[in-house]
Amino acid sequence: MTIDRWAVLIVGLLAVAFIVWFFWLKRTKGVRAGETSGGYQEAMILVKGGYTPDTIIVSRGKPVRLNFRREETASCSERVIFEAFGKSAHLPTGEQVAVELMPRQAGEFGFACPMGMFRGRLIVE
Amino acid sequence: MTPGIFSARANLGPNAVDIEYDPGTVDFEGIRRAIESAGHKVAESKPAAVKAAIEEDSDPEQVAREAEYRALMRKFWVATAISIPVMALSYPDLIPGLRDWMPMGSDTRRIVWVLLGVLSLPVLLWAGSQFFVGMWHALKHRSANMHTLIAIGITAAFLYSVIAVAYPRIFPDPALAEVFWDVTDVVVALVVLGLALEIRAKGRTSEAIKKLIGLQAKTARVVRDGKEIDLPVEEVVAGDVVVVRPGDKIPVDGEVVEGSSAVDESMVTGESIPVEKRVGDEVIGATLNKTGSFRFKATKVGKDTALASIIRMVKDAQGSKAPIQRVVDLVSGYFVPAVMILGILSFVVWYLVGPEPRFVYATIVLVTTLIIACPCALGLATPTSLTVGIGKGAENGILIRSGDALQTSQQLDAIILDKTGTITRGKPALTDVVVAEGRDEETVLGLAASLERGSEHPLGEAIVKGAEQRSIALTDAQDFSAIPGHGVSGRVGDDEVLLGNAKLMRDRGIPIDALTGEWERLANEGKTPMYLAIGSAAAGLVAVADTVKPDSKAAIDVLHSLGIEVVMLTGDNARTANAIARQVGISRVLAEVLPDEKAHEVQKLQLEGKSVGMVGDGINDAPALAQADVGFAIGTGTDVAIEASDVTLIKGSLMGVVTAIEISRATMRNVRQNLLGAFGYNALGIPVAMGVLYPFLGLLLSPLIAAAAMAFSSVTVVTNANRLRLFQPRRVVS
Repeated sequence: MTIDRWAVLIVGLLAVAFIVWFFWLKRTKGVRAGETSGGYQEAMILVKGGYTPDTIIVSRGKPVRLNFRREETASCSERVIFEAFGKSAHLPTGEQVAVELMPRQAGEFGFACPMGMFRGRLIVE
Repeated sequence: MTPGIFSARANLGPNAVDIEYDPGTVDFEGIRRAIESAGHKVAESKPAAVKAAIEEDSDPEQVAREAEYRALMRKFWVATAISIPVMALSYPDLIPGLRDWMPMGSDTRRIVWVLLGVLSLPVLLWAGSQFFVGMWHALKHRSANMHTLIAIGITAAFLYSVIAVAYPRIFPDPALAEVFWDVTDVVVALVVLGLALEIRAKGRTSEAIKKLIGLQAKTARVVRDGKEIDLPVEEVVAGDVVVVRPGDKIPVDGEVVEGSSAVDESMVTGESIPVEKRVGDEVIGATLNKTGSFRFKATKVGKDTALASIIRMVKDAQGSKAPIQRVVDLVSGYFVPAVMILGILSFVVWYLVGPEPRFVYATIVLVTTLIIACPCALGLATPTSLTVGIGKGAENGILIRSGDALQTSQQLDAIILDKTGTITRGKPALTDVVVAEGRDEETVLGLAASLERGSEHPLGEAIVKGAEQRSIALTDAQDFSAIPGHGVSGRVGDDEVLLGNAKLMRDRGIPIDALTGEWERLANEGKTPMYLAIGSAAAGLVAVADTVKPDSKAAIDVLHSLGIEVVMLTGDNARTANAIARQVGISRVLAEVLPDEKAHEVQKLQLEGKSVGMVGDGINDAPALAQADVGFAIGTGTDVAIEASDVTLIKGSLMGVVTAIEISRATMRNVRQNLLGAFGYNALGIPVAMGVLYPFLGLLLSPLIAAAAMAFSSVTVVTNANRLRLFQPRRVVS
């Protein structure tokens, strides 16, 4: 095999390894929702190419309020769905929309856009 | 204090004030001024807030969508205009005149190609900008999407061309160093066009909800201080008396207090025949008054109206997920990085063992693989069909609560129908009049109805109504008395009249043997026959019964033809139940079931391994509706938000169950077509793009064809979903 072939092979395999690590082996540390005086656990989530933060940690048994703010016009993200809670909310661009949930069970619950391209997790402890 | 404002208390929590005011003296604008003059700020006036609750995503969203569409189309036209000369000059060998002017390997050719690269730069960076922006936003979240694939694809094609022009010597035969500017330009043009068409088509999927929002009345004519004034509908408050003239739209929900009319409720209930409204009847906001004039008292306004609840329910349902989507979610989480890996691996393989020029082939294969993959088609497949299907349901007076309910409805094996109020009208009506020898029907019915006019018993009401329908003149009864458990007695004119059961007749010593045969027959038909005696002789029988709704039988026939077992469930005795079951063609009857046992009966049927739907009213049957796989609540009028149900039928007809099942079947069929198309497209397209057919057939896909296929795959999915808008419910002539 010529040197250029070796180079392409090695660079290619490195690129594949990078993709696997970068996209699939990410493990974001969650952000703990802050407690408000009203007894809510509250967190702000920015919707722009994804959810920032995308992992929210809350405690069981206390109501949660997630304030979504969508700052893009791509129509895929105009709704956020909490499948396990049977809740969804429409997110008009530039407006803050609150989603209120009552986590009764501990566990990990996903939230996503209707097409499942944007994903986030709600970790209930 | 401002005139017209009686009190203002700020005890509703932060940022809220409770104001008691006289709507005749001061309006919302006045209240706003009063609050502002007191040094507070009004964040948003109430009418706007109410409007926002109803029109959550109407105008601004629409405008944004339209603007995005126009921006994309502008990019498309610019990219197309540049693509045409670039494409022609990229393949000069195919065009006779050009071949001689810029022959292979000549300086002219190189200079032209450099110019083409400069020309293509705005296409890449301006028309294709959303791909880079989208890729960047996703990368920050360590995720990838369609934009990532397109951005990498067009960049790879562009960079390759730069290398080909700048360093043709790295190619084994420099004369073969072709440029792919055209790939960049055409891919951008086509994908941008696809995005624009997708936005258009997606806008149409939510047409049903826009129609519902558009139904809202703008103004209302309200009586205040004895005067009729026109108000914006947002300012109508519960308790207002609203005036409705012929041809008016009824602004809010309420109860008729004066006058009568026929009202077209088709836009909300799907019922095509106008409904008679009299004093005490409920009217629904957004329906259309036809002929008469009436006044009604507003009971529900703003976001509490039936229409606002319907809009909210439909939106929530459209935003929910069908279980079938879970497979897609699983795949789409891995899809884009997987395609990138496949693209890289193909490049490597083509470069290692492919034919010369290897670098050119490897690049083509990489670009084509990235471009042809379409995660959007996969992602759009389920939600768009769901949006159209659920919207279609709402247009026909059927509210499907979630994607889950929709998916389950299509696979029901059995449907349990509650008898009273579901199959039957739930109100007794006069059915038969039998006369003894020497008596005529008019006398018998006239006397019975005259006597019952004083009673408030529903059976009595049925007899009076029956007589009125036959235009029989009634007189007032004297000495009326009700004998509990037996019947009634009184004097009509000169006649002593008795109406009641056999025991009453026997107690009074009246012979009834001549009529007992007829009594038996009527009772066996599930009716309630009553003896009528004039003086000391039996004169005849009047029978009342709860009658079957006109289209119940037709609906049950259709359910049978759809392969669904139909079971009747009732608390009534077996005789009445069987009589009704025979009329509508049901063979399996569960009679004498106590209200709290209904859920258990549903469960028993489920234990037979069947997926069971339960149809009943939302209040008495709530536990059974909740137990069933799909609970259909037959609601009537403004009470649409029935909690226990998965599906609410606003119109009280059983045909709604048929339509709901047919919509669910049509929608799920559409979803399956979309998923099959989207999965199939990617499963075939990606390997072909990678060149798996090349060793056997010598076939390699052009990136231009890949771009066209990708752009139109998601448009096809959305267009297929829009086909559901053509769904027509079965109409049954009763």
